[in-house]
Amino acid sequence: MRLTVRGLWYLILVVFALFFVVPILWLVLAPTKLDHALVTSNPLAFGSFHNVVKAWDHLDSYSSHLYRRWIENSLLYAVSATAIVLATAIPAGYGLAFGTFRGRKVILTLTLVAMIMPGAALVLPIFLELNALKLIGNVFSVILPFAFYPFGVYLAYIYYATSMPRDVIDAARIDGCGEWTTFRYISLPLAKPVVALVLFFSFVADWNNFFLPFALLGTSKQYPIQVGLSDLLSSTPSFNPATGGAGQQVNIFRPELALATLLAVVPVLIVFLFSQRALVRGLLGGGVKG
Amino acid sequence: MPFVLPYLPFLIAFGILPMIYALTLAFTSSKGKFVGLSNFNQAGGDFRFGDAFAHVFVYTAVWLIALMIFVVGLALMLHSRASKATATFRFLYYLPGALAGAASVLVWLFMLDPAVSPASFILNHVFGVHLFVEAIAPGHLPYIFAMIAFWTGAGGWIVVLYGALNTIPRELEEAARIDGAGAWTIALRLKLPMIRKWVAYMVILSFATGTQLFVEPQLVNAASLGHVPDTWSANQLAFQLAFRYGRFNEAAALSVDLLVIGLIAAVLIVTRTGLFKKDD
Repeated sequence: MRLTVRGLWYLILVVFALFFVVPILWLVLAPTKLDHALVTSNPLAFGSFHNVVKAWDHLDSYSSHLYRRWIENSLLYAVSATAIVLATAIPAGYGLAFGTFRGRKVILTLTLVAMIMPGAALVLPIFLELNALKLIGNVFSVILPFAFYPFGVYLAYIYYATSMPRDVIDAARIDGCGEWTTFRYISLPLAKPVVALVLFFSFVADWNNFFLPFALLGTSKQYPIQVGLSDLLSSTPSFNPATGGAGQQVNIFRPELALATLLAVVPVLIVFLFSQRALVRGLLGGGVKG
Repeated sequence: MPFVLPYLPFLIAFGILPMIYALTLAFTSSKGKFVGLSNFNQAGGDFRFGDAFAHVFVYTAVWLIALMIFVVGLALMLHSRASKATATFRFLYYLPGALAGAASVLVWLFMLDPAVSPASFILNHVFGVHLFVEAIAPGHLPYIFAMIAFWTGAGGWIVVLYGALNTIPRELEEAARIDGAGAWTIALRLKLPMIRKWVAYMVILSFATGTQLFVEPQLVNAASLGHVPDTWSANQLAFQLAFRYGRFNEAAALSVDLLVIGLIAAVLIVTRTGLFKKDD
C-alpha cells in the first residue's frame, strides 16, 4: 500500500515534469536537424552541429542581419531601461521607507496598485497618450515606459523597511553624515541583494515584453526580439507549408525558426539560472514578512 | 524627501497620466466634447466585441481552474515529501518561465503541429488532430492559450506556494500527526487553509492578467496567416480600433473597461489579502 502511494506520487510529478520540460528539449534539439528530418526522424533525436551553423547562416542573412539587430535592440531597451529603474527605484524605495513627507502614503499606494495591475492594461493608454504627443515610433517611447517599474520601487521599499534598522541611519547622522552621504555610503551598499533582484526582474520584464514595443514602434528595424519573432513568423510559411514559396526565398524554415526562438531566450535563461536562489528568496521576502 | 523625486516623473507620465488620458478620451468625442457613455456603447456594439470578451473569459476561466487544481495540488504534493527530488521537480516546473512571451507561443505552435510535435501521438490518437490547421481550430484556442499560460507561469506559482507552505510552523504539522491526521488531512485541512491568502492572490492576479490577453492570439494570427482574426481578444480589438481604424475614443473606452478589471483586482489584493505591506 505505502509503495503504491509513493509510486503514484512520483508518477504524477514525472508526468508534469515531462509536460514542462519536453517542449524545451525539443526546441534545443530542433536546430540540429534539417527541416525534412524534423518531420521524418524521432522528434527528440539529435541531428548535427553542422546543421545548427547552417540554420544560423540562414537566420543571420534574413533581411540583411535583421535578427542581430533585433537582439541588439532588445539589449539596448532592456539594459537602458533597467539602468534608469535602478537609479530611480532604489532611492525611491529608500525615501518611502525612511522619509516622512506629505504624499508619501499616496505615492506608496499608487505604486502598489500600478505594480499589481497587469502591465498590458496600461499599454493602450500609454499608446494613446504618446500618440497624442506624436512620440510614436521613437526608441524612447519604449525605453521610458519600461523605466517605470513600480515593482522595483516596492522591492526596495520593503527591503529597507524590514531589513535595515533606523538606528543605522541615526548613527550615521550623529557621525555627521548628510542625507546624501548616508544614502551613498551606508544605505546603498547595504541594498546589494535587492539591487540584484530589481535588476533581474526589470531586465526580464523588459526583455519579454511584446505588447508595448509592438504598439509603440514603427518599423521592423526598431523591433526588439519578441516582436521580431512575430515578424519572422508571419513572413515565413513554417506552419503553412501549403502556401510554400516564400520560405524558399528567405531560407527560413522550422529549424531556423526554432533557433531564432532559442537564441531569443538565451539571455533570460542565463540570468535565470544564475539568480535562481536569490529569486526564490526574493519572491517570498516581499510578501511573507508583510 | 528628495530620494523619491527621480521616480515621480515616471509614475506620473506612465502610470497616472495614461489612465487619466484614457478616461478623458473614453468620455469625449473625437472633437473633445463630453459624450457620456456613448463610446462605451459604440465599442460594446461592435460586432466583434461579444466574441472578444467571450473568448477572453473562457480562456481565463480554463486557466484559473487549471491553476487552482494543479498548482495548489502540485505544491501540496511536493511539500508532503520534502527531499532532494522535490527541489529538482520545482526547478523543472519553473524552467519554462524563461520562455515567457512570444517564445512560449512559438514553442507551442511547434508542439501543436502534428508534423513535427513530439506529442503527435497524443494529437493524433487522443484529439484526432492530423493537421496544424485542425490543431488551432477556433474552438481549441481558449484551451491552447490557457495551456501556454499554464506552461510558462505555473512553475513560478508553485515556487511561491511552496515557499508559503514552508512558513507554516513544523510543530503544527507534528501536533496534527500525533492527533492521528494522515497526509491527506494535513494537506487539505491544515496546510491549504494556511496558504489561502496566497491562493487568493494568485487567482485574482491571474484573473486580471488573463483578461488582458494579447500576445498569444496575435502570434497565432501571424502563424495562421489571418485564419484566426486579429481581433480575437479584447485587448487586440481595442488595439485594432485605435491602430487600424483611428477610432481612438472607442479604443479608449474599451481599454478603460479592461483597466477597471485590472484596477479592481489590484485594489482587492492590496486591501483584502493583506499580503502587501503598505505601512509599518
